[in-house]
Amino acid sequence: MPPSRRSTAGGASDWEGVRLHVVSGKGGTGKTTVAGALALALASGGGRVLLLEVEGRQGIAQLFDTPPLPYEERRIAIAPDGGEVFALAVDAEEALLEYLDLFYHLGRAGRVLKKIGAIEFATTIAPGLRDVLLTGKAYEAAGRRRAGRTEYDAIVLDAPPTGRITRFLNVNHEVAGLARVGPIRTQSDSIMRLIRSPRTAVHLVTLLEEMPTQETIDGVDELTAADLPVGGVFVNMVRRPPLRPTDLIRAGKDELDPAEVTRGLKAAGLHPDESLVVALLGEAAGASERVAMEKRERKALAKLNRPTYELPWIPEGIDLGALHELAGALRQAGAA
Amino acid sequence: MPGLLKPLDIDGILDDRQTQIIICCGSGGVGKTTTAAALALRAAERGRAVCVLTIDPARRLAQSMGLTQLDNSPRRVPGVGDESGGALFAMMLDMKRTFDEIVEQHADPERAAAILANPFYQSLSSSFAGTQEYMAMEKLGQLRAEIDQDHGTRPWDLIVVDTPPSRSALDFLDAPQRLGSFLDGRFIKILLAPAKVGGKAYLKVFTAGLGAVTGVLSKVLGAQVLTDLQTFVAAIDSTFGGFRERADQTYALLQAPGTEFLVVAAPEPDALREAAYFVERLAEDSMPLAGLVLNRVSRTPAPDLSAERALGGAELLDESGDNPLTAGLLRLHAERMQRITRERHLVRGFTSAFPAVRVAEASALDSDVHDLDGLRAIGASLAEGQPTTLGSPTSLG
Repeated sequence: MPPSRRSTAGGASDWEGVRLHVVSGKGGTGKTTVAGALALALASGGGRVLLLEVEGRQGIAQLFDTPPLPYEERRIAIAPDGGEVFALAVDAEEALLEYLDLFYHLGRAGRVLKKIGAIEFATTIAPGLRDVLLTGKAYEAAGRRRAGRTEYDAIVLDAPPTGRITRFLNVNHEVAGLARVGPIRTQSDSIMRLIRSPRTAVHLVTLLEEMPTQETIDGVDELTAADLPVGGVFVNMVRRPPLRPTDLIRAGKDELDPAEVTRGLKAAGLHPDESLVVALLGEAAGASERVAMEKRERKALAKLNRPTYELPWIPEGIDLGALHELAGALRQAGAA
Repeated sequence: MPGLLKPLDIDGILDDRQTQIIICCGSGGVGKTTTAAALALRAAERGRAVCVLTIDPARRLAQSMGLTQLDNSPRRVPGVGDESGGALFAMMLDMKRTFDEIVEQHADPERAAAILANPFYQSLSSSFAGTQEYMAMEKLGQLRAEIDQDHGTRPWDLIVVDTPPSRSALDFLDAPQRLGSFLDGRFIKILLAPAKVGGKAYLKVFTAGLGAVTGVLSKVLGAQVLTDLQTFVAAIDSTFGGFRERADQTYALLQAPGTEFLVVAAPEPDALREAAYFVERLAEDSMPLAGLVLNRVSRTPAPDLSAERALGGAELLDESGDNPLTAGLLRLHAERMQRITRERHLVRGFTSAFPAVRVAEASALDSDVHDLDGLRAIGASLAEGQPTTLGSPTSLG
């Protein structure tokens, strides 16, 4: 493997040697955001990273605030110290035609297939083939060479959610079961070899909430059972309530002193009516309940024994600046 | 005030005996399953006999409804509706089993066995994404058929459906038709052609074309795959002759009076964007949209204290160093207010584009829902809470 173009000034990454980063997670956990931040983090220091999207949602374009991505690799962001992030929204039909042309030089026959509905069949009716093409594209990009070296230092795949990820990655194994010999078999075997190797890491994005945590734990089990390489756990939107830890604990036990808050409000120049005091204490009790829940979920995640990275909740919403902030946090924590 | 939200009358929909099907759709992670379960529970406790079809519920939510195993048929949730005369049945979809059952229903035993053993069928029915959507619609059709049975014995009169978190928002709408048109399509005829081609001269050119196509397929797929595929297609073609008809029936069922679509979202950019897409798509397909369910809306019991004033107060306290408790409380409140402002802004983006869409809101909870009481609270919040995202926030902390 050629040495990485990137300097290691930021310290060693936990994922040295990984070329294909697959980012999955329960819906609503910020999978695309984490994939984008990870791509930026991997590119910083001079790397070339390709960010792939496979669900046709144009989430990457929205994240980086660019026009919708065509089926073409485009540079969408610059990372610190000369790094570059490229992006591609993979379209299954286009990928199939490209694949047919590349491997079989089909040209006109490919168009015949499209005309009679075979392409549509392949990409919609037999959705498994769609996944073959999408993973195939990631495989192709990961191995592509230009001027004597690999074109990209890393591929980040914004993958389907946890509930579907094992099926998605294992689809080539399924196909291998269907096609015992032949060119498709050869292709799917090569893809499975990459996906199951240490050059791939399947990261899971979660929140410190019960359902995403449970789904992450189930996901790790499923991936492990399917012999797929589990990567890190990315805990997104971690909040740090602005209360002192002792105050938070007391808020949960309803032990905060309303008189103290009344005095405080007066000193702050606010009218300390009783309903306001009750309201503020109620909000603190809610925050305390949430922190207690987060603590439970953090404990459950720790049992997975995987490298775990926490990303802060950004109240203003995610824009390019926020993405860079998250990328910095990931670099700091050793995720890239 | 311009653009005030139109409230969605949840109880009105649940209580209306004409409502037979409620479909909850929306992107993943917005609380679709929880919403479906909460509405089903509320309807049952208001006297309806309800069946809720869930796709992939969180374990503890499933347990709360007594769903400990995936057995593909509705089970009654004990104790629910005893007072109101209603009932709640719940089930989780087992897509492979649903598919197997269709095969067994439509083919003679020998042919069914051949299909069930075909490797293409096995992949299609158990592991390929997309099948879930087909099967959810199929199951809905089956559950609905039970409503039409003898009025005295029918087990439920309302079905609440959770939809799979599809990669493309409305796969479940397209699925039945796609499968139908596929089975009637040219590609199938070509795959079946070797067995059917006659000796007529005018077919010669056409068959030459077919030969080229099967040649290509054979080259790409390998000859053995093609044979398996042809066997599969032949078996399924003769079995599901009426599949298109069934697909059309399911589709018509979705458009029929008595069906209500609820688009579920959370006040976040991605979820609202998907919701907008759903609303447009439903309108395009003339599907009856009841309204938008907005989950996890932030609320505050102290809406009159703005973020700015709270932060200013906290800074004053910081300067003196006195009372760090109150400074912390004020900052916490300011964060909440900022969040509320942001959510309103996002929701306004949606409602400005779709001013006619009615909205029901459920407030954000500080912990997860995993029992019937939690579901009850969400149902009540949806039914009783007036939308606040555009009006002045009410005190529902």
